[in-house]
Amino acid sequence: MARRLTFHIFRYNPQDPASSPHTDLFRLEETDSMTLFIALSRIREEQDPSLQFDFCCRAGICGSCAMVINGRPGLACKTLTKDLPEDITLMPLPVFKLIGDLSVDTGTWFRAMNERVGSWIHTSKSFDPNGEEERMDNAVAEEIYELERCVECGCCVAACGTANMRADFMGAVALNRIARFMLDPRDQRGDKEYFDVIGTDEGIFGCMGLLGCEDVCPKNLPLQDQLGILRRKMGWTAVKKLFRFVK
Amino acid sequence: METILTDLLCIGAGLAGERVAVEVASNGFSTICLSIVPPRRSHSSAAQGGMQAALGHCTMGAGDCPDVHFLDTVRGSDWGCDQEVARMFVDTAPIAVREMAFWGIPWNRVVPGKSSYFKGGQKYEKVEPGERKGLITARDFGGTAKWRTCYTSDGTGHTLLYTMDNKVVELGVTVHDRFEAIALIHDGETCTGAVARCLKTGQLRVYLAKATLIATGGYGRIYRETTNAVINDGSGAILALDTEVVPIGNPEAVQFHPTGIVPTNILVTEGCRGDGGTLLDVNQERFMPQYEPQKAELASRDVVSRWMTHHIRQGFGIKSPYGDHLWLDIRHLGAQHIKTKLREVDEICNNFLGVDPVTQLIPVRPAQHYSMGGVRTNKDGAAYGLKGLFAAGEAACWDMHGFNRLGGNSLAETIVAGKIVGERIAEFLKGYETQFKTNTVRDRLAHEEDRIQRLRARSAGKENAFQVRDAMQIELMEHVGIFRNGTDLQKAVDTLQEIYARAQRVGLRSNGIGANPELGLALKIEGMLQLAICVAYAALQRTESRGCHAREDFPARNDRDWLTRTLATWQKGHDLPTLDYEPASKVLDLAPGERGYGVCKIISCDGEIIGD
Ligand SMILES: Cc1cc2nc3c(=O)[nH]c(=O)nc-3n(C[C@H](O)[C@H](O)[C@H](O)COP(=O)(O)OP(=O)(O)OC[C@H]3O[C@@H](n4cnc5c(N)ncnc54)[C@H](O)[C@@H]3O)c2cc1C
Ligand code: SF4
Ligand code: SF4
Ligand code: FES
Repeated sequence: MARRLTFHIFRYNPQDPASSPHTDLFRLEETDSMTLFIALSRIREEQDPSLQFDFCCRAGICGSCAMVINGRPGLACKTLTKDLPEDITLMPLPVFKLIGDLSVDTGTWFRAMNERVGSWIHTSKSFDPNGEEERMDNAVAEEIYELERCVECGCCVAACGTANMRADFMGAVALNRIARFMLDPRDQRGDKEYFDVIGTDEGIFGCMGLLGCEDVCPKNLPLQDQLGILRRKMGWTAVKKLFRFVK
Repeated sequence: METILTDLLCIGAGLAGERVAVEVASNGFSTICLSIVPPRRSHSSAAQGGMQAALGHCTMGAGDCPDVHFLDTVRGSDWGCDQEVARMFVDTAPIAVREMAFWGIPWNRVVPGKSSYFKGGQKYEKVEPGERKGLITARDFGGTAKWRTCYTSDGTGHTLLYTMDNKVVELGVTVHDRFEAIALIHDGETCTGAVARCLKTGQLRVYLAKATLIATGGYGRIYRETTNAVINDGSGAILALDTEVVPIGNPEAVQFHPTGIVPTNILVTEGCRGDGGTLLDVNQERFMPQYEPQKAELASRDVVSRWMTHHIRQGFGIKSPYGDHLWLDIRHLGAQHIKTKLREVDEICNNFLGVDPVTQLIPVRPAQHYSMGGVRTNKDGAAYGLKGLFAAGEAACWDMHGFNRLGGNSLAETIVAGKIVGERIAEFLKGYETQFKTNTVRDRLAHEEDRIQRLRARSAGKENAFQVRDAMQIELMEHVGIFRNGTDLQKAVDTLQEIYARAQRVGLRSNGIGANPELGLALKIEGMLQLAICVAYAALQRTESRGCHAREDFPARNDRDWLTRTLATWQKGHDLPTLDYEPASKVLDLAPGERGYGVCKIISCDGEIIGD
């Protein structure tokens, strides 16, 4: 017997003066291999065409579809209904600005984050179209890739106690990004420059180490390790800075 | 009404749009990118395989050079491509790959020493030389003579797009994400920007630009089963068709991939079959050997897709709530192999199907994969028909893919075309002045506001936009799919015309306020149907088989009559496109001949019959 699922979905359209925040109930018969992407698309197309939510790749790759699923941030396209109880509660991610219903504005947040951490290779060299590429060890390339797998879904930010309390906290995702560039031999920034970006309460020293972030990361990024490494490095840089100052 | 002025308006912020933006912004011009989603979520991020460039660093790529890449590309296109463009493309690709390395891509590198690899289920050994250590390496892809596909593990598109967007951030290029262009602003001769709808608030905004670029990606979503992202619904082609003067090149050239998983059509790699996986039917029996005794599951992409569809039509498909499908069986490869060599397949099956491929069968069927057709441009990326309009990437028909795109050639196209077209646009902008005609802008805006008003008021009718879209997708899938024939195509054209009439009577069921998703679809459903009819009608007219276009009633490739590119435009009030033709290539560096795989009966330019 197929289960009959009940969806409790947060609804609010800030553009509509007649709308106020509430929860709507939708019922759906479960089908084989049903994901939340399939379920929500069906609800929109068969029951309420105004329902707002975001999907793009529907394959767990692009990071569009993060939402709070029965209390836990995750990617909706990757979530099978068979792994959930019959009652499913869906809420938009906190921290990010609400666009409507389950849709939030991650684009603005992540662009600002990328600007803030200087998320690009900082180098004084210029590209020579006729030359050979700079060589790199394959192991280094693979290590960089491991940290670059983040899809900017925002789950770690939504699950982070600090980020929920203070809007200026950069979040594990930003710290992971910095770690990615610190690993990269092409980036010429030194420890001091990195420290200037993240050596504050808005960065590494604001992190309480509760690790809500790593638990929810759908890409299983080693956020905990990176936070640890950074904290040690930054602590050391802080000491050196102080020392120089005293001298 | 907010109006924004810029030198270049890029409609689309995937790899192609951003590469153009980077080039133009680096030349000092103001540049704005629009995107339906934040740029890093564009479909480019989903490409896993890699990007072709003839570097020739790894052992299996030794001796590779742009000339060999050129031969592969032209053959792959079944001589449907523009050879001048293919030449520019192969020459620039190595530079483009190195430039991406300079900007931060962690390309996989040559590791000296012995290693093993599989081919056709067999294990072989290779040795990488010490002096190449640390240079960009490559992997094997179908249709190429050498290992030429540069990659970063299984996330090539992701790293390319993130690196490109990093560059966009570094240069301070403005991106307006969640803005969807819904109409071009033009007077029939010159394009001067676009009207866009904000997908946060629902407000319209006017963008005035000296140059406008369409880089909106493919249009797979006009088909029901596609590997494409949900936003790839052809809005770039629709913008072009709506002008009445800008043609879509080769709309009938649509590529299918054999193994999309059911129900979500996420791609599982060809490697499954390469490593020895088999296809089974409803009786759990292999069927490919009966059709292709020699190559069986390892025949070329389009051939396997064709037989799978045929077998389902014979009643051997497995019924499911999502339609009929077949099985892919990789169980016999063993857990060890699956969890290492096919790790990604293992994850996709577990995550999206709740199926463990080590012990269970994978439901698959062919799915639409790539749009070779698109906004027709010249080799500089300038669109035919309107001054100031350009196109690049999958949205364009630049045309180095002709009738079949080789794996890895699309990521390469986005970046190479982006670079070249970007340079040309910068040249175009130098000293260029245009006039923004207030009546043109006002009329266009009023027209869009009126459309929205009418949809909300349901003044044209009460047709349900989602149902109209479904009907269109089914019709294309059933009758303009992998196999084509005159009867089915005619049926499709007729049915699509009826659906087009319904599309003109769509009315909203919801209130349409704000970022309303139903309104988003309703605004482009007519255009989607025009595009669908272009695909079906152009396929009906092309009485030959070339690349992915397989006519059961005309199985030969006919160079005598069809060494041409289709150009489709749409006149207001018509229910069929106007089709024109131009030579596939002005220059024939490589004279038409056999591809070396697939069907080989050819009617040559002088009418001689080759093969068969
Ligand atoms: C599953 C899959 C795997 C693939 N793997 C490979 C591979 O391994 N190698 C390879 O070479 N190719 C591969 N391809 C093909 C390749 O990924 C694409 O062809 C390529 O990335 C397209 O890039 P693009 O920049 O043209 O478009 P996209 O990346 O699709 O970007 C389109 C942009 O346009 C925006 N947009 C669309 N419409 C509008 C509008 N109306 N207004 C404003 N913005 C708009 C979107 O928001 C987006 O930013 C694969 C394709 C698929 C589907
Ligand atoms: S460990 Fe730090 S970044 Fe992660 S959730 Fe806790 S406070 Fe946030
Ligand atoms: S680190 Fe993980 S959870 Fe955070 S944004 Fe990236 S992918 Fe999402
Ligand atoms: S839709 Fe792309 S990750 Fe879910």
